[in-house]
This record gives sequence, C-alpha cells and structure tokens, in this order.
Amino acid sequence: MIDPLPKVKEIRKAFMEHTHEHAPHLAHHFSEMEQQRESAKLGMWIFLLTEILLFGGLFTVYAIFRAWNPDMFYNAHKHLNVFLGSINTIVLISSSVTMALAIRSTQLGNRKRTLIFLAVTLFFAAVFLVIKYFEYQHKFELGQLPGKYYTYTGIEGNNPHIFFSIYFMMTGLHGIHVIVGMGLITWIMRKTSKNIFSAEYYTPLEMTGLYWHLVDIIWIFLFPLLYLVG
Amino acid sequence: MHEKYGSSISHIVPLRIYLIVGAALLALTGLTVSISLIPLGGWNVVVALTIAAVKALLVAFFFMHLLYDKKIFLVIFTVAILTLAIFVILTMFDTMQRGRTNPEVARPFKEKAIIYENKEMPTQRVDSINQPPTETR
Amino acid sequence: MESLPERNYLNDPRGWKSWIFTLDHKRIGMMYLAFIMASFVLGGIFAMLIRLELLHFEGRHLMGAQTYNQVFTLHGAIMIFLFIIPSIPAALGNFILPQMVGAKDVAFPRLNLASFYIYVFGAVFAVYSMASGAADTGWTFYTPYSATTNTSVISMTLGVFILGFSSILTGLNFIVTVHKLRMPGMTWFKMPLFVWGLYATAIIQVLATPVLGITLILLILERLFGIGIFDPAMGGDPILYQHFFWFYSHPAVYIMILPGMGIISELIPVFAHRKIFGYKAIAFSSLAIAFLSFLVWGHHMFVSGQSQYAGMIFSFLTFLVAIPSGIKVFNWLATLYKGSISFAAPMLYAFSFLFLFTIGGLTGMFLGALATDVHLHDTYFVVAHFHYVMMGGTVMAFLGGLHYWWPKMWGRMYNEFWAKIAAVLVFLGFNLTFFTQFILGSKGMPRRYYNYPDQYHSLHALSTYGSWILGLGFIIMAVYLIHSFFRGKAASGNPWGGLTLEWTNNSPPPKENFLETPTLKYGPYDYDRPLAEGQGD
Repeated sequence: MIDPLPKVKEIRKAFMEHTHEHAPHLAHHFSEMEQQRESAKLGMWIFLLTEILLFGGLFTVYAIFRAWNPDMFYNAHKHLNVFLGSINTIVLISSSVTMALAIRSTQLGNRKRTLIFLAVTLFFAAVFLVIKYFEYQHKFELGQLPGKYYTYTGIEGNNPHIFFSIYFMMTGLHGIHVIVGMGLITWIMRKTSKNIFSAEYYTPLEMTGLYWHLVDIIWIFLFPLLYLVG
Repeated sequence: MHEKYGSSISHIVPLRIYLIVGAALLALTGLTVSISLIPLGGWNVVVALTIAAVKALLVAFFFMHLLYDKKIFLVIFTVAILTLAIFVILTMFDTMQRGRTNPEVARPFKEKAIIYENKEMPTQRVDSINQPPTETR
Repeated sequence: MESLPERNYLNDPRGWKSWIFTLDHKRIGMMYLAFIMASFVLGGIFAMLIRLELLHFEGRHLMGAQTYNQVFTLHGAIMIFLFIIPSIPAALGNFILPQMVGAKDVAFPRLNLASFYIYVFGAVFAVYSMASGAADTGWTFYTPYSATTNTSVISMTLGVFILGFSSILTGLNFIVTVHKLRMPGMTWFKMPLFVWGLYATAIIQVLATPVLGITLILLILERLFGIGIFDPAMGGDPILYQHFFWFYSHPAVYIMILPGMGIISELIPVFAHRKIFGYKAIAFSSLAIAFLSFLVWGHHMFVSGQSQYAGMIFSFLTFLVAIPSGIKVFNWLATLYKGSISFAAPMLYAFSFLFLFTIGGLTGMFLGALATDVHLHDTYFVVAHFHYVMMGGTVMAFLGGLHYWWPKMWGRMYNEFWAKIAAVLVFLGFNLTFFTQFILGSKGMPRRYYNYPDQYHSLHALSTYGSWILGLGFIIMAVYLIHSFFRGKAASGNPWGGLTLEWTNNSPPPKENFLETPTLKYGPYDYDRPLAEGQGD
C-alpha cells in the first residue's frame, strides 16, 4: 500500500481532529451522532413510504374489484372469520403498544424491561401468524383458494375466486412483512442483550419500531376491508 | 455526556399516553366491528375506513412519534398517502366511468371466468404467436 | 505535464477485495459504470439487429417473427431497466454527488454497495431470461398476452423487480445525502443544479418504483395462479394492468431525463463561461416535473379502452408537464446568450441535447393531444418521439457528463479530436435513424411490426443506414475512451475551469474526497464575479 506523503498525513490529522473524539457508533462520513441518527430516521421513513406505495397497489386492486363486484365481495367475505380477525387486530395493536414501550424502556436506560417488552411483541407476532395459519388451513380445506385453484361452490356472485385471490395476496404480503418483522425484533433483542444500546444510542431499535408500527397500520386497514364488508 | 456527542435524545413520551392510545385503539376496534353489524348500505365502508384512518393516525402520531418529531417526517408520510390517493382516484375515475359512453364496456371482463365453465380445465396456455391459440372463450 | 496523484481512490486501498467490498461511492459508481456501458452495448446490439431485420435486405427476413418480438422486447427491457434508468444516477451521480455537496460519502455507503449488487443480481436474471426463452411481449408486458405466452416472462419480470429495489435504494440514499450531508454553508440554493436534478429524480424513484414492484408481482401471480386481476379469461381487466404499469413507467421516463437535464445545467455554464440564467426556476422546475409526472400516465392509454373522460383529463394534464421542461430550455438558451462558448466534446453533446430534446419534447405534444394520438398511437412516430427524448436527451446528456467528468474519474484526458468526430457522427447518425421514423409513423407504419408494405421500404432502409453511422460513432467513442483509460494524457484537478466542488480536489480524487474540509468561497456558477486566485487551470 502506498504510504501517504507526510504533509498529507498532517492535513488528514487536522481534518479528522474535530471528529477524533467521536461516539463509538459514529460512522466516519458523519460529523456528529445527531446527523447520523436523523439520517437513519429519514432513510427509514422513505423506506416506509415505499412500503405504503407497494401495499397501496393491492388496496387499489381491492377497491376496483369491490366497486365492480359489490355483491360478490359481500357474499365472499362472510366466509372469513370475523372473530379470529378481531383477535388478530387486538394482538397486533397490543404488539405495537409493547414495541413502543420497549423503545421507551431503552430511552429510560432499562435494558431488562426492553427485553421483556420485545419478547412480548415477538410473542404477539407469533400468535398473529398462528391464527392466520389456522385461517388459511380452513380455506385450503374448503377449496377457497386464489385464482385457478379455487374450487369452492358455496358463494354467489361473479368470479368469487377474485375475492380470495385478493385476500391471500394482501394477507400473504402482510404476513411476509410480519415474519420479516419478527426477524428484525429477534436481531434487536440479541443486540439489546449484548448491551449495545443505551439512552444515547438506540437507532436500530427505533427503526425496527417504525417498521413494526407500519405493519400494524397496514393491518388496521386490511381488517375492516376484508373482514367487515358491510 | 449528551453535550459531547450532540443531542440525540428525542422526546420521551409519558407512559400514560401510550396506554391511553392503546386503549383507544382497542376501543375503536370494538366500535368498527359493532358498526359493521348494522346495515348502513354504502356508508358502512365510509365509516369503517374513517375509523381505520383514525386508528392509523393514532399509531402514526403517537407510536411513531410523528407528533413529536421534526416536520419532515410528517411530510414524507403525507406525500406517500397523497401519491397513493392520486393513483387510486385517477384509476378509479377511469374504471368507474367506462360505461358512460359505451355501456357494454362498463365492465369489460368475463362475468364468469373460464374456471367455472369446466372445473377440470385451468387457464389454457397460449402458445407462440406462430400457432393459433387453442383455447376457446 | 501533470502526473496522477500518488494516492487516489483508484489505488487506495489496493487489491480486488477492496473493490468487491468497497464502501467508497466513487468505486461503486465506477463499477456501475462498467455494467451500464456493457448493458448499453448489449441493448445496442439488439437495436442493430432490429434495424438489420427491418432493412428487409433483398426482401429477406433475418429472423422469424417470434424471434423479432423477442429481440425488440430485449432491446427495450435492457435499455430501459439495465441501462438508462440507473445510468446517470448510479454511475455519474454516485461518483459526483457527494463531492458536489462537500461530503465524504453518501448517507448510507453499505446500502449503496447493496444496491449495486442487487442491480447485478437483477441483471443476471434478465440475462438468464434471454437464454431461457426470452419474453416476446414487448418491454411493457401487456396482459393478457404476457399472462399466457409460454416464453419466460417470469424470469424477466423477476429480474426487473429486483432491479427496482436497486433503483429505490439509490434514490433513498440520494435524498438523505442531499438533506443531511451538505457541507456547512451549502444551503439548498447554493447546491449545483445537477444535485437538484438527482434529488427530484430520487423522489420519483422512491415513489413510483414500488408500484412497478407490485405490478410485476401481480403479473407473476397472474401467470402462476390465474388470480383474475389482469387476465380477462379469469375475470380480470387488462386495462387495469396498463394503469398499474404506466403509473410507474411514465414517472420512470422523468427518472431518465431529470438527471440528464441536471447535467446540461452543469455543462452550459462551464462551457459558455457564464452564470446560469434562472437558477431557481431551473431548480423548481425539476421539482415541478417530478410532481406533474405522476398525473399524466393515462396518455399512454388513450386508445386502450380507457374511459373517454379519463382520456381528456390525462391529455390536459400532459400539456402541463411540458411547461417546466420548456422553462429549462429557455433558461439554458439565455445562459448561452453572450457567453464565451467553447466547443469541447461535452459542449457538443450539450448542444445535441438542446436540439434533439426540443424536437422530442415538441413531438410529445402531438402524442399528448388526444385526437392526434389516435392516429399516431403505436406507430413509428411514438418510437421516434421517445428515442429523441431518451437518446437525444438522456444519452446525449450522459455522454456529455461522461466526457466532462472523465478526467476527474480517471485523471486522464481523452482524445479531443476523435471525441468531436464521434459526437458529430452520433448526432448525424441519430437524426438519420430516427427522423425518418417520424415520417414513417405519421404515414402509418405501426411499431413492433415485423412485416410492412413496400411503400415503407425506403424510409426503413434510410433508418437502418442511420443506425450504422450511429454505431460507428459509438465504436470510435469506445476506442478512444478505452485508449484514454490506459494511456490518456494526465489531467489536472480542474481542466475545464468548473466552479463546483468536485473540481477543487485532484483528478482522480483521494478516497475521502477532500484532503481539507472544503469551504464555499463562491457559488457553483459565479462566472460573473471577479477572478479569484487559483481558480481554474
């Protein structure tokens, strides 16, 4: 490796001086923690924006096909289990509360409580997926499957397979995001248990929280649109 | 210690706010389920979406700290919603208006998909354009 | 005679592993550049094949009809997704943006590297699809044909889906970089206009690309499961697919042109040695174009079966989007007025841009008007229009930027004489190729057609000859650029007398961009201020 000229070394040292005493988590292209944290948050919100638009496409499909087939949608949705859907809504909302409390605990410097809240959040997420599994299994048994695999005969209206296509796509994509969220929470729990976070630095935890709340928001809309067609 | 590294502490939301918002979300869930049992015709979807929007805003403003953070994040969130709104509104303007000039194209698709015509046959694959399509509609 | 600085981003650190795992935005930009140029060559080969086929030499076909469909599909998909959308932002933007704002790197260097590898991964899928029964649907993948044809639509769309992630992450990175990493003292209105262009582009990238993502997922699911959203046989609506597709693809064309316009805003002040006219107007017009670009997608669908009322609204909105583009062109022209113009190769490309983009933009008006579009839709007029704006616009700007920043990237100059020759050949070849297509189209020659009546033959032949001149220009360009890469004359830190920050460091720049913390002594276009010491070369 080419050794920098002595003069260059001196200049670099002067340049780096004001960042020499930097916080342990400060990346070298940032000049202070505040800038880094704000950048991470900005980046995360932009990512959430892309998620809103991704799911938005599916909501658009829903809106259009429901407007074209209102009766079929009404008849088809009756085959969804509102009770289980409500439980899932309660579960996800609670998981959002515990996630917010987990972050709050870190802000207050309480590592143990953070871990407990994260674990409860993870538990709620798992419950959500288990309930979804049972719902899916029931549909598989009845033949209420998407698209050309649809074989159920008990629903009146045009093309009921479209409702189930939409149902599986929306809850499926959402479910994938829940699974990813669980992975993130697990990763964050490991970092927390290794005492990496503190009241001064908990950016990855905060970012995971934002992601998780968006997953909750999406379900908040999915639930009435799929389960509570009036 | 904070002064050395710059202020990276954000506002700590009081515990009771989180709990009140959580309770409100659960209550609103119960409300939306109850109202869905009352037949209101076209208004059902309006009420359901309004309640969902309120719930979503509660999560966004309190759990996601939009109320406490700098404005830019709220701007990003709003821009996402507005862009989606543009897409939905203009697309639905087309899909809902198609029948105005030619009623037969109001709903341009098959009322009964081919899977219902013959349960054994899924969608036929169209071979290359050098061969005529073998499926019937 | 200058020599290359001993320590620069190319040799510091050393070793192939330091390149594979680099976090240096300049290295990532150059790796992108290599792939992008390769994609351009690949897409260009397909273009030459199309024109060779359409020559109908001695009345013969070179390929079968389905093969022809596959060739134009590949030409379009490769040029759009592998070349033009990433081209300026990922290659030039990555290299230049942090330097222009006085930063050490982009906001998320690891994400930047990830976005590069995602691009490569997506490109691999696209190329694999070529080998495994290439799609023959056109790059637009319209249903129901794309849902039922037995060519490999899924691997191609999956490739595009993956490429979309790369685009989103680049856009995300740039937005945060511009917001957060500007050097102290560089306010929004002291940023170079290239940065404004990249910023507006990035906004479109993050807003529009996810919709392409969901569209392609829906298409893949339609093929696999017959979900019934887009395929009429399964109860779906093919026009809905077009809405979904064009909601991304129209803003996508502004992803292509906005960075190009940003480059022109850099080239003209430097090579006319004059302060840019109407800085704020140009800056805001970039944002205006980004906003308006989301409102006009239906103008691709006037004859699709879309409702007449939607058509009218989209046509009206389309006329609005011409306004900010026009504002930019007038401002550039005003900048040239009374300037001290130097006709170096970058400036030749800038002039090409002004002429060709204007033609392209004006012909867009014919297409945006509902009534005339009924006649011109799906004819060669459309093909000519978009080649004038995409190639006559973006590619000329890209080439201008490439030549402008070439000495900065490699510390070497290219051969100016041959560069001028190539620029002229490209300009002449381009016009011969594509102006004839305006005529072909208005006379009724449809696009994507393999056969045509004899009356169109002479125009098709002229277009093909034009493509050969165009190709020759590019071959010459490849030769002198490759030669410059290995043996070019060493270039100084600021061979053009530019006033933006990237010209204050060495060529090539050091790894951390600036050896001392940069200070803003003057604005990016302050050619009107009294000469300061040490400015320019």
